[in-house]
Amino acid sequence: MASAREWGPTADLATLRRRARLLAGIRAFFARRDVLEVETPTLSAAATPDPHVPGLRLDHPQNGARHLHTSPEFPMKRLLAAGLGSIYQLGRAYRADEAGRHHNPEFTLLEWYREGWGYHRLMGEVGELVTEALAGVGRSVTVTRITYREAFRLHAGIDPFREGAAQLEACARDHGIRLGAVSMARDDWLDLLMAEVVSAGFVADGLTLVHDYPASQAALARIRPGPPAVAERFEAYWGKLELANGFQELTDADEQARRFRAEQAEREALGHEPVPVDHRFLAALEAGMPESAGVALGVDRLLMAMLDCQDIREVLAFPVDRA
Amino acid sequence: MATYSTNEFRGGLKVMLDGDPASILENEFVKPGKGQAFNRVKFRNLRTGKVIERTFKSGESIEAADVHETQMQYLYNDGEFWHFMDPESFEQVAAEAGVVGDAAKWLKEQDMCQITLYNGEPLIVEPPNFVELRITETDPGVRGDTAQGGTKPATLETGAVVKVPLFIEEGEVLRVDTRTGEYQGRVKG
Repeated sequence: MASAREWGPTADLATLRRRARLLAGIRAFFARRDVLEVETPTLSAAATPDPHVPGLRLDHPQNGARHLHTSPEFPMKRLLAAGLGSIYQLGRAYRADEAGRHHNPEFTLLEWYREGWGYHRLMGEVGELVTEALAGVGRSVTVTRITYREAFRLHAGIDPFREGAAQLEACARDHGIRLGAVSMARDDWLDLLMAEVVSAGFVADGLTLVHDYPASQAALARIRPGPPAVAERFEAYWGKLELANGFQELTDADEQARRFRAEQAEREALGHEPVPVDHRFLAALEAGMPESAGVALGVDRLLMAMLDCQDIREVLAFPVDRA
Repeated sequence: MATYSTNEFRGGLKVMLDGDPASILENEFVKPGKGQAFNRVKFRNLRTGKVIERTFKSGESIEAADVHETQMQYLYNDGEFWHFMDPESFEQVAAEAGVVGDAAKWLKEQDMCQITLYNGEPLIVEPPNFVELRITETDPGVRGDTAQGGTKPATLETGAVVKVPLFIEEGEVLRVDTRTGEYQGRVKG
C-alpha cells in the first residue's frame, strides 16, 4: 500500500505548511533580535575529526575530496573572528550512518552564535525560541534547568563525576539495559545512561536544559577549572528527545588544536580514516575570536515536538529512502 | 565466519546471540548528538521463542546465524522423528518432537510446511496456514440447527480437536486455520 504512493511525501500537507511557518518564524525571531543570517559552504576541504560525528565525502572534479558539513560551526566561527557579530544559519547538515526514528542523514539545523554572551544567557534564548515555536501551535512550555550532575543523581541515582565504569555499568544493568557490546569506555557508559535512563526522567511535555558536562565530554566547549572541572556545555531536551547542543565557545587556538589532535588519535584507535583538519578555522582562532556562546538546534525535531510526532518521517517531505 | 555490523541490522536478520540463533525484531538507533551511538535491538531467540533486548555500540559486529527458511513436504512420523523432504532436491531432514511442538497436530502427509533450518537441521516447523482434515470423531450432526451458533468438539485425522458447528458430521473434511485453530468451513469432497 505504501509502495503505491512511494512518490508522495511521508509528512502530511498540513505538517509541511507548518514547517514553512516555523522556518519563517525562526527568521523573524532573529530579525527582531538583530542576529544576522549567514550562509557558509556545505562542501568543505576540511571536516570535523570528531569520531562520533561521521561525515559524508564526495569528489569534486577540480577541487578533489570535499566533505559535506556535519554542522556549519567552523566557518561560522571564522565569521565571528572576522567581526560580523551575532549570526545564525538555517540550513541542511549531513551525517553518515544516522538513520532511525529520530535521525535522517540530512536534516535541518539551526545554528547561532551570540557574541559577548555567556552560555547561561544563551540557554535562556533557546528556551524563548522553543516557547515561541510551541506557542505557534497553541501550546505552553515549562522550562527546567538542571546540571548534568544533578540530572544523573535525580534520575539515575549516581554521581557521573565520581563513579567508575563498573558502577556506571551496574547502574545501566539496574535499569534493565543489557549490553551486547564488547568494549565500553567510561564516557560510552555516560552517553548510554544519558540517552536511555537520565533523559527518560525529564518532564515529558517540556523543555529541559542540562548544563555543565564532564570535562571529558567538552567537545568544543570551554572547560571551567574545578574541582571538578566542568565543560561549559548545555543540551536542550524535549522530553527525552535531544533538541539542541550549545557551548561557551572555546576560543583558545592552542587548546583547540590539542583537541583536534586528540580526536584524530581517537579516530585512529577506532580504525577510522583521518580527516583533513580545518587550518583556516584554527588560524581564525589564532587571530582572535570574540568570546561567544553558540548552539545548534535540530529543526526537524523541534517540529516533531510541536506536533507530537514519534518519527522524523512524519515531518520530512522525503526521508532518505524516498529521496 | 560471517558477521553483521550494527548498520546492517534490520528486521528479520538472523544472528547468533548467547550461543543461540536469533532473529532481529526491532532495531532502534540511539545517539546523543556529541557522543557514542548505540543500537537498541529486540531479538527473538529462535530456539526458545523468547524476546530479548540488547544494546550495542554502533559499528560493532555480531556473528551471523546459518539460518534459512524453506518449504518442505511432510512425509511421515516414525514414532520418534517427523520426516520432511525438499520437493526439488529430494533431500530429507528429520525433526524431533521438541522442534515440531504444537505443529504436530496439524501435520498431514504430503502437506507443504515452512521449515527453518539452522546449520542444516530443522529449528522451527510451521504448518500451512490452512489445512484440510477429515473428522474422525464427533457427535452426530443436528439437522436444521444452523442458526443457533452452538458448537461441539470434533477430532481430526491428525489428532487435533477443533470446535465445529452442530450440523457437522463425522467423515466430513474441514478447512482449519492453524494459526488460530478455528474452523473455516466444510470442503466439498
